[in-house]
Amino acid sequence: MSMTEALLVLEDGRTFRGEAFGAVGESVGEAVFCTAMTGYQETLTDPSYHGQVVAMTAPQIGNTGWNGEDDESRRIWVSGYVVRDPSPRPSSWRATGSLTAALEDQGVVGISGVDTRALTRHLRSRGAMRVAVSSTESDPQALLARVRDAPGMEGADLWRAVTTPAPYVVPAAGARRFTVAALDLGIKAMTPRRMAERGIEVHVLPATASADDLLATGADGVFLSNGPGDPATAREPAAACRGALEAGLPVFGICFGHQILGRVLGLGTHKLKFGHRGVNQPVQDLATGKVEVTAHNHGFAVTAPDGELQGEFGRVAVSHVNLNDGVVEGLVARDVPAFSVQYHPEAAAGPHDAAYLFDRFVTLMTERRPAVA
Amino acid sequence: MPRRTDISSVLVIGSGPIVIGQACEFDYSGTQACRALRAEGIRVSLVNSNPATIMTDPEFADATYIEPITPEYVEQVIAAERPDALLATLGGQTALNTALALHDRGVLDKYGVELIGADVDAIRAGEDRERFKEIVASIGAESARSRTCYTVDECVQTAAELDYPVVVRPSFTMGGLGGGIATDEVALRRMAAAGLYANHDKAGIVPSVLVEESVLGWKEFELELMRDRHDNVVVVCSIENLDPMGIHTGDSITVAPVMTLTDREYQHMRDVGIAVLRAVGVDTGGCNIQFAVNPADGRMIVIEMNPRVSRSSALASKATGFPIAKIAALLALGYTLDEIANDITGSTPAAFEPTLDYVVVKAPRFAFEKFPGADAELTTTMKSVGEAMAVGRSFPEALGKALRSLERTPAGLRLAGDLPGKDALLAEAALRRDGRILVAFDALRAGATVEELHDATGIDPWFLDQLALVLEVARTTTLEPASLRRAKRAGLSDAQIADATGRSEKAVRDARHQQGVRPVYKTVDTCAAEFEALTPYHYSTYDEETEVAPSSAPKVLILGSGPNRIGQGIEFDYACVHASFALHDAGFETVMVNCNPETVSTDYDTSDRLYFEPLTVEDVLEVVHAEQQSGDVVGVVVQLGGQTPLRIAQALADEGVPIVGTPPSAINLAEDRGAFGRVLDEAGLPSPKHGTATSFDEAKAIADEIGYPVLVRPSYVLGGRGMEIVYGDEMLRDYIGRATAISPEHPVLVDRFLDDAIEIDVDALFDGTDLYLGGVMEHIEEAGIHSGDSACALPPITLGRRDIERIRESMRAIATGVGVRGLLNVQYALAGDVLYVLEANPRASRTVPFVSKATAVPLAKAAARVMLGASIADLRAEGLLPARGDGADLPWSSHIAVKEAVLPFTRFRTVDGAHVDTVLGPEMKSTGEVMGIDASFGTAFAKSQAAAYGDLPTKGRAFVSVANRDKRALVFPVKRLADLGFEVLATEGTADVLRRNGVPCTQVRKFSDGPGNVVEQILAGEVDLIVNTPFGTAGTRLDGYEIRTAAVTMGVPCITTVQAAAACVQGIEAMIRGEAGVRSLQDWHRRLRSQSEAG
Ligand SMILES: Nc1ncnc2c1ncn2[C@@H]1O[C@H](COP(=O)(O)OP(=O)(O)O)[C@@H](O)[C@H]1O
Ligand SMILES: Nc1ncnc2c1ncn2[C@@H]1O[C@H](COP(=O)(O)OP(=O)(O)O)[C@@H](O)[C@H]1O
Ligand SMILES: [Mg+2]
Ligand SMILES: [Mg+2]
Repeated sequence: MSMTEALLVLEDGRTFRGEAFGAVGESVGEAVFCTAMTGYQETLTDPSYHGQVVAMTAPQIGNTGWNGEDDESRRIWVSGYVVRDPSPRPSSWRATGSLTAALEDQGVVGISGVDTRALTRHLRSRGAMRVAVSSTESDPQALLARVRDAPGMEGADLWRAVTTPAPYVVPAAGARRFTVAALDLGIKAMTPRRMAERGIEVHVLPATASADDLLATGADGVFLSNGPGDPATAREPAAACRGALEAGLPVFGICFGHQILGRVLGLGTHKLKFGHRGVNQPVQDLATGKVEVTAHNHGFAVTAPDGELQGEFGRVAVSHVNLNDGVVEGLVARDVPAFSVQYHPEAAAGPHDAAYLFDRFVTLMTERRPAVA
Repeated sequence: MPRRTDISSVLVIGSGPIVIGQACEFDYSGTQACRALRAEGIRVSLVNSNPATIMTDPEFADATYIEPITPEYVEQVIAAERPDALLATLGGQTALNTALALHDRGVLDKYGVELIGADVDAIRAGEDRERFKEIVASIGAESARSRTCYTVDECVQTAAELDYPVVVRPSFTMGGLGGGIATDEVALRRMAAAGLYANHDKAGIVPSVLVEESVLGWKEFELELMRDRHDNVVVVCSIENLDPMGIHTGDSITVAPVMTLTDREYQHMRDVGIAVLRAVGVDTGGCNIQFAVNPADGRMIVIEMNPRVSRSSALASKATGFPIAKIAALLALGYTLDEIANDITGSTPAAFEPTLDYVVVKAPRFAFEKFPGADAELTTTMKSVGEAMAVGRSFPEALGKALRSLERTPAGLRLAGDLPGKDALLAEAALRRDGRILVAFDALRAGATVEELHDATGIDPWFLDQLALVLEVARTTTLEPASLRRAKRAGLSDAQIADATGRSEKAVRDARHQQGVRPVYKTVDTCAAEFEALTPYHYSTYDEETEVAPSSAPKVLILGSGPNRIGQGIEFDYACVHASFALHDAGFETVMVNCNPETVSTDYDTSDRLYFEPLTVEDVLEVVHAEQQSGDVVGVVVQLGGQTPLRIAQALADEGVPIVGTPPSAINLAEDRGAFGRVLDEAGLPSPKHGTATSFDEAKAIADEIGYPVLVRPSYVLGGRGMEIVYGDEMLRDYIGRATAISPEHPVLVDRFLDDAIEIDVDALFDGTDLYLGGVMEHIEEAGIHSGDSACALPPITLGRRDIERIRESMRAIATGVGVRGLLNVQYALAGDVLYVLEANPRASRTVPFVSKATAVPLAKAAARVMLGASIADLRAEGLLPARGDGADLPWSSHIAVKEAVLPFTRFRTVDGAHVDTVLGPEMKSTGEVMGIDASFGTAFAKSQAAAYGDLPTKGRAFVSVANRDKRALVFPVKRLADLGFEVLATEGTADVLRRNGVPCTQVRKFSDGPGNVVEQILAGEVDLIVNTPFGTAGTRLDGYEIRTAAVTMGVPCITTVQAAAACVQGIEAMIRGEAGVRSLQDWHRRLRSQSEAG
């Protein structure tokens, strides 16, 4: 067993040693941890992780290998991958290859053998920060200098990098009842699929699409997807969202899209200390009091005052909160047909408790225009 | 939704005695529930017949009824307590079935008691397999094809349609009792008959069994879910069975979380689980759902659900830090999950799904060696008697720890020694047996590939590949730091590394310590470190950062008792928990080390700190080291966890660990035959004549000298292992022939067997000066039946003052001679007015909880204090012990407590499907115990029988057939039975004696007399009580065996000793007089205290 050594250096100087895992090389990004025990393939291919070095808290990763069905986008997006124990041999009737091979093929630099719990505790107490992973540099100081030179997450417009270069259509499963224009800020494959299951034809448009582009699809509603980076940088998408609201179209946003809607409705956004990344977050629907267990992947959040706020589009209220820390997890506009959640009703990875939100979107569209067929 | 305001008192039903399939996990869940309810200001009353539980300690409920868990007694408790609600989902199948019976009899309605936690419809829907399958279908999920059958022929017909093998499953049982995998019609007929019989006596249940398509070899999974009344549902834990379908989950090695499912498959399982839970209608509380997944294509079927807290919930709670039982109790009161705090973080709610950053492995412990002839194949009927859990940062690490926690030989995957060929090993690995994982590893060592092994065992290749990795690491291990670290990360113990490198364990440990290769301790925190944890619940791993916090209080480590096994069960956990409470109260920081997930001791809030670790020298030394790094360890308690900590006490002391209480050298004095003999000689105390032999000739010479019968045993025994009574040369030759491991280092001990002796069990406390006699228990059965298997009474029913004084003197002499500081248990045999010492155990005994409850004195707490320096005088002054008097001079008017043992014979069958014999002997076989308490012996005894086996009959037919030597003694009790209206049946010899003494009886044919014999009558349900003492000679032995196994099959009370028969008659009389009322333990204790003060 010959192993190449690897280094992980955080911007505050804390260093972990391990072995090279995946591609050999060096990579810099924002250090975050993900607490999901399943779904590493979905996590790796989730565009919202673009620019991030993801540490998995689950200690053994790669058990079910890699398959041709579970990718959430066209490639792996993480800048680096940190695990404790990679599984050399996958076992699953659906596996077509191994995780290690997928990382190698896509040039993703990883490190294994790390005390990921120590790393997580560090990030939990110090907050998210920049990090480098390298299997080519052996001097921690040299690596540290490069980490400190790298740009941070605040002000990053990473959504530009992950969006689709060209529009495409995901047809409705069965008869088409509605058409939705989805702004791809880093959309996951499961999202259009969840809509398609409900008879929605989804037109996925590049992130820079204008309100006119959205309306030109003949959409019954507009969807703002998840995505990476700082929502404050998303000026074009915000403008498109504003246009859709002005046109009276139902708007549904998730994650990054929720932050954009929040800003358009008059709220601010801020960066969380270390974010929510996992599939076990308890979110309460304030209207019903019910708790749903949800998939999260966000480092920013909407800042909202208590009670209702009067904005450009009328009243807006917090609809969902995170029971762990009180973070705003959902918004509802009272005077326009718009709502959004910070988490991932499409799941993948994660529980399906929040899938009802897609039904809510359908209801909004139905109220505006009874479905064809 | 805040708590319901209409509930201010709740009755909790426990699970009764420890039996296979229902062990101390229900003490853990019940204790949590009682605590949670009382913290809410609810008045809690409790029924549980098991005195060894923490939950039946008087301080855990407002009124504790140690009474039989039968509808009749529980109704009396309800009448006395008038609770608003009944919580029955935390006491296993026993509580659930009792609640159903109370509902069906209209008792709940009559007293206006609401069943909370799960309603009757939900219980029925979850437990009735047919209805359950309909529900599964209604939510669009699949179950195995099957049919409910009401007759054996129907079963056979169904099997023909489904194709053999088929799985047979009775409803309303736990641990798969009465079920199995039938590969042909003969086996099917046998199982079907047993399965139909299993429910014959349950009110409101029509006996049926399900005959089901087999999915042997599929992957098996479990989910633990919780739901609140607002319909919020969370999955607390997912569990994957390493052993595929066909081996009961209780007998399987299981792993949490699920390791070999993708998120898609896992979420599908979660969706189906939640849908099933909703459709079944479990309103609030926990439930467990099992699934099978076809490894070839992912097809998933739902196997079963348990609409209650289960063994798996205890495991899930320990595996995640999420206290399912406590939360279930709060949900039953009307809280919702979001209103309940997660104790571990303190800042987040219970409405979430725990996420693990470690791997948990549970491994079962079996006791087949106790039941010679029992079929050791693992199947759908649970056969294990205990389990160990381990936490590690990888599957191999956790598996390694779990295997060494089992305290078996070998202590984990073998790395040295000769191997049979690969093919032989693959063939052996294909058998579903205890220790299969070790064989699988051997096969890898012998060159088998993961594929070959997967084909042979059906175990998922991922697990097997992990074993292959361990082997790869082991093969390249050296004592270099990097290599050592890698070996430790792969979960290898020092002993395994020693085997792999050809060194001694000590050399490996020294090298490791020199190079600073030591474990760190991480925390089980429910959230993978996302939030800070408040509870120090630790496990070791070889990683960078340790989380043990420094502290300034003096610390005491308490070593627990490891997995339950026959001879060492919940009683020892009870003592450890008490020590922890008492020492915490006395200002120490208590640190528990244990590896049994079923127990109260491994609840994260029992001790100040918890280390979930194996109880081996290596693992304990590391915990001691870690604690010494973080503060001042003033002592390690080894006296309370049974033989487990005692076995390693000397090794720990040799490494400088401060053992408190009786020192290891003194322990050795009591355990070593020769040394103990000298202690007795010096004190002038008699013991049975004995000698040691290493051959038949030597043994015969001793037997000739001391006279038959003799008691023979290997020199190193626990729980009477391998002990037999030998009546003559032939039997002796046979025994020596079978005792394979006999050698000069391991001779056979030959003792004079004391016939017709009264056995007396004594627990005492000694501080070096004063002796406190905790209790003197007189056995019902004569010496020769293991103390753990015989019933006993406290206070003793036939001993006089002079006997007690003799015992007191003897106890003092032994305690002084051995050098005891703390507890001492001695067993005596009183024969011909000589008080022989049978053995002395300088540790907490199995009877400590029973004695504590019978005499209202917390013996284990006092013992812990004595070990840490308090004197008995101090404790009397403090009030922990009574100001004067002790457990041996209870007032004459005091109540009487009877302990009865519960035996697992229904679980074990021979390969041909017959029951194993139920005769008791010097080898312990019971799994648990119950207590009957009342003002008179007869009533207390009757209650103990009702709690253990069901009510004694008060009319009907009694069948009597006894050995010649017992005939005279039986005349009187049998005459009483006849006077009470029983029709007496007897075999020829017994009938002659009875008739000559004027007892009317009907003579019946023996089994060996051919058709029309009494065994047939028993099997036809025509006999209500059996008295059958074993015969010494081989010919008539078979008759006895047939009688006793028929009794087990039919659940007829079967008395196998004269003394028990007499006690039984007293019990029947008490029943007929209708004296069996109920009274809370708190009441009995109050009464006793005032009697003592008056007296
Ligand atoms: N159809 C089946 N084919 C093969 N094995 C089965 C089947 N059904 C159950 N089993 C095995 O039997 C065990 C016990 O069955 P289960 O329904 O869970 O009963 P219990 O109530 O005793 O837990 C399961 O853990 C599983 O391994
Ligand atoms: N000399 C003897 N005569 C009669 N019965 C004996 C004798 N020695 C032991 N026994 C019986 O065997 C049982 C087990 O023996 P013991 O020495 O107590 O072993 P253990 O360590 O298993 O408790 C006792 O409870 C007693 O009933
Ligand atoms: Mg089961
Ligand atoms: Mg004994």
